[in-house]
Amino acid sequence: MVQNIIDVRNLSKSFDISSKEPGLKGTIKHFFRRQKKSLEVIRDISFEIKEGEIVGFLGANGAGKTTILKMLCGLIYPSEGSILVSGYLPFRRKENFLKNITLIMGQKQQLIWDLPPIESFYLNASIYDLDKLEAKKRIKKLSEMLEIDEELFIPVRKLSLGQRMKSELLAALIHEPNILFLDEPTLGLDINAQRNLRKFLQKYNKETNATICLTSHYMKDITSLCKRVICVHEGAISYDGKLDLLLKKLSPVKEILIVCRSEEDANKLENSGFTVKNKIKNEITIKIENNSITSSLKTILNNFDIEDLFINEPPIDEVIGKVLIKKDYDI
Amino acid sequence: MISNLINRKIITLLKVQYSNMLEYRVEIALWAISGIIPFFMLNIWTNNNLNESINISDVMLSRYFVCAFFVRQFSVVWVVFSFEEDSLMGKVSPYLIQPLNPFFRYFAQHLAEQITRFPFALIIAFFFFIFNPESLWIPNLGILLLSIVSTFLSFLIQFLIQSIVACICFWTEKASSIERLLFIPTLFLSGLLAPVVSFPAYVKSWIYLTPFPYLIDFPANLLSGNETNISGGLSMQILWIFLLYPLFKKIWSEGTKKYTAMGS
Repeated sequence: MVQNIIDVRNLSKSFDISSKEPGLKGTIKHFFRRQKKSLEVIRDISFEIKEGEIVGFLGANGAGKTTILKMLCGLIYPSEGSILVSGYLPFRRKENFLKNITLIMGQKQQLIWDLPPIESFYLNASIYDLDKLEAKKRIKKLSEMLEIDEELFIPVRKLSLGQRMKSELLAALIHEPNILFLDEPTLGLDINAQRNLRKFLQKYNKETNATICLTSHYMKDITSLCKRVICVHEGAISYDGKLDLLLKKLSPVKEILIVCRSEEDANKLENSGFTVKNKIKNEITIKIENNSITSSLKTILNNFDIEDLFINEPPIDEVIGKVLIKKDYDI
Repeated sequence: MISNLINRKIITLLKVQYSNMLEYRVEIALWAISGIIPFFMLNIWTNNNLNESINISDVMLSRYFVCAFFVRQFSVVWVVFSFEEDSLMGKVSPYLIQPLNPFFRYFAQHLAEQITRFPFALIIAFFFFIFNPESLWIPNLGILLLSIVSTFLSFLIQFLIQSIVACICFWTEKASSIERLLFIPTLFLSGLLAPVVSFPAYVKSWIYLTPFPYLIDFPANLLSGNETNISGGLSMQILWIFLLYPLFKKIWSEGTKKYTAMGS
C-alpha cells in the first residue's frame, strides 16, 4: 500500500496586514495610527498526498495555493493545524527534511546572476553534502534529461528565460529530492519550453517516484501532469479528487457534430429523440451525456447514413475557470 | 568528518563568492578608495596639531590612521542591506529551504569581497607611504598575527551586530534604518574619526564598555604599535562575540517564524 507522504490537518494561516485610506489625510492617519487587521488566507484545510502522486493546486490569484506550498516546504509558519511532510514538521527545517524537498518558484531564481549555472550547481552540491564526483554525475544526468549543455558555462544573466528555468530546475534537483513543490514552474516560458519542462517532470516522477505538488495557471500543465487536483477557493478547499471526475462533473455533456449523407437523414436524426443544439442542411449538432456516448454513437451509426462526425471537447480552460469562481464541488 | 563537511561547504561558498566578486572588481576598487576617511582625518589632526593634546607624535598618529584604514577595509559589513533587499524581494526563500543558514552565504560574500579588496588596499597604502615615508614601519610577526586575528574578530562583531539588526526585517521590513542609527556611534566611538584615547576620561570609561572601540581603535592601535592592553582588548572582542552570537541565534529563530515570504 502506498503511504501518505504529506498529511495536512485543519491547517489555517493568517497574516496581519495594515490598510491605508487614500490621500493626504489617510497618509497622516496611517503615520500616527496604523490600522491592522488579520487576514485569514488559509481556512481549516485538510488533505493527504501519497508518495509518487502528482497533485495540482488550482485556484484564482490570491486563493491561497502558493501559501499552502510555502507552508508545506517549511518556508512559513502555520497559524493553526498540523502538517507532516515525509514524517517531519516542515517549519522545524531539519537538515534531513530539507535534503528531501525542493521548491521551485517560476518567478524567483536562486542561481548566481553573474556566474555560469555550473558554479551554482557545484555550490548547491556542496550545501547538500555531495562529493564532487557524485555532483558531476548528477549534473551530467540532469543536463541530459533537461537537454542543456553549453548553457551551463554561460553567465546566467545571458541565458534566455527557458534556459534559465532549466538551469533553475537542475540546481533545485541536484540533491535528488523526493518531494517537489513547484509554484508556476512554466510561467513566462514559450510553448516548446513548457512542453519540454512537462516532459521532464513526467520523466523525473517516473524514474524517481518523486511526489510533486504543483500550482499553475496553464491548464496544460495540470492536465498533462496531474491525475488529482485540489481546488482552492478563498483559502478553503472546494474540490479534492480526480481531475477527470471534476471535468465530467463540470461538463457532463459532449457536443457531437454529425454530417449526414443527405438532408433527409439529418431531419430523421433531428426527430429521433436526441437533444439538438442546431441544424444546418445536412449538418446537425447534438448534445450527448458523457456516460451514454458509446451507446448513443452506436445507435446513430447503425440507423443513419453518416458521412462524418466530430466530437467537441469543451475548452479545458473554460471548464476549470468554473472551479475558480465556485465555492464547493461535492462529487 | 563534520568539520570536513563544514569546511568543504565554506570553501566552495568562498570560491564561488570570490568568482562572483571578481566580476565586480572595478566596483570593489572604488569601494576601497571610498574608505579613505582615516586619511582625511589624519590630515585634519596633523594640520591643526590636535595630536599634541593627547601626546601622540605625528608619525604614530599617521601609523594609527593608516592602520585604521586597513582595519576598516577588512571589517566593513553591509549584510543588513543585502538581507533587507533579499528579504523584501523574496530572494531569501530558496536559501531558507537549504540545509545551510543563509547568513553563511553573506558571510562568505564578505570574506570574498575582503580578499578581492586586499590588493587595492595595498596599492592605496603604498601611495600613502610614498608620500609619507617617515610613517613606514614593519610590525613584528607576532603583532601582525594578533592584529589579523583582532581585525577578524572586529569583523565578526560587526557582522553579528548587523545580522541581528538584519533579522529585525522579519518584523519591520526596513531594518536598515535601525542600522543607520548604529552608524553614528560606530563612526564616532570606534576610532575611525579619532583615537578613543583622545576622548575625555569619563567618556572613555563608558566607551570601553561598548563594542565600538574594539571595532577599529583596538586593532589599529595594536597594529600600529601604540600602547594598548592586548589581552584585555582581545578578551573584550571575544566576550562581545559570545554575547552577540546567542542573541543572533534567538532573534533568527523567532524571526523566521514571522517570515511571510513576501515577493515570492
